[in-house]
Amino acid sequence: MLAESLALTAALFIIGVMGVLIHRNAIIIFMCVELMLTAVNLTFVAFSRFYGPAGQVFVVFVMTVSAAEAAVGLAIIISIFRHRQTVNLKDINLLRG
Amino acid sequence: MTEPHYSLFYVFHFYLFGVIALASALAFVTRTSPVPAALWLVNTMFSVAALFVMLDAQFIGVMQVLVYAGAIMVVFLFVVMLLNLGHPSELAHPRGKWWKLGAGLVGLGLLSEIMVIARAKLPQQLIVPTDFNEQQLQKLNAVGTIAEPLFRDYLLAFELTSVLLLVAIAGAVVLARGRAAGAR
Repeated sequence: MLAESLALTAALFIIGVMGVLIHRNAIIIFMCVELMLTAVNLTFVAFSRFYGPAGQVFVVFVMTVSAAEAAVGLAIIISIFRHRQTVNLKDINLLRG
Repeated sequence: MTEPHYSLFYVFHFYLFGVIALASALAFVTRTSPVPAALWLVNTMFSVAALFVMLDAQFIGVMQVLVYAGAIMVVFLFVVMLLNLGHPSELAHPRGKWWKLGAGLVGLGLLSEIMVIARAKLPQQLIVPTDFNEQQLQKLNAVGTIAEPLFRDYLLAFELTSVLLLVAIAGAVVLARGRAAGAR
């Protein structure tokens, strides 16, 4: 099932990438990033059947990092919303040249 | 790298959960409102958890349900609730037609790239015997399979993870508290 898992992983990851590209709502973009991380986790697990359990350990680390990232990212979104009253990326262009 | 033979039952359920995951992901990415999107994403996470269990990673499957489908998605919905974002129509605003077309092209390009990479040969000396994980599962059970390398080979990384989580908690509190409460 390695080939099938990898194909599914690639499809899920690409769906996440396209979500990041087509959406303007910061919260949905964040969820797309989570989807991409999950897809990568599936790769790790699929390969861990052939390379030993170290892949699963890395999945644990990825999950920890993504939890931390969600906490900080959502705090940033709340902070931006407090200043701008929006989470639409069209209106958040402070760093645009 | 030879794979063991899988029963039709196994293959059917693997494809079933794969299709559910893909369909929910597509439904998730086409939503414009955050709450339905989050619920579809929870569906995707659940089917991926089922796939983890089918790929001999039971503990990771449980973690997936607890951490992703449980904690992280609840935090997302909580933030959606906190932000109190006016009408759905004004916050949706996905990008225009040309941008979507471009995104589709980028997606196709990346997909073909990944497929090419996936065809690469894996180095033979890195590959463990096919039944290695099953042996480990029988010897150490589902948690021990992960716990042993985690607390032996990757102990330093594990300890550093605690620092990362501490910093994340502190950062989230400082960022979300805002200026009004911070300045006294």
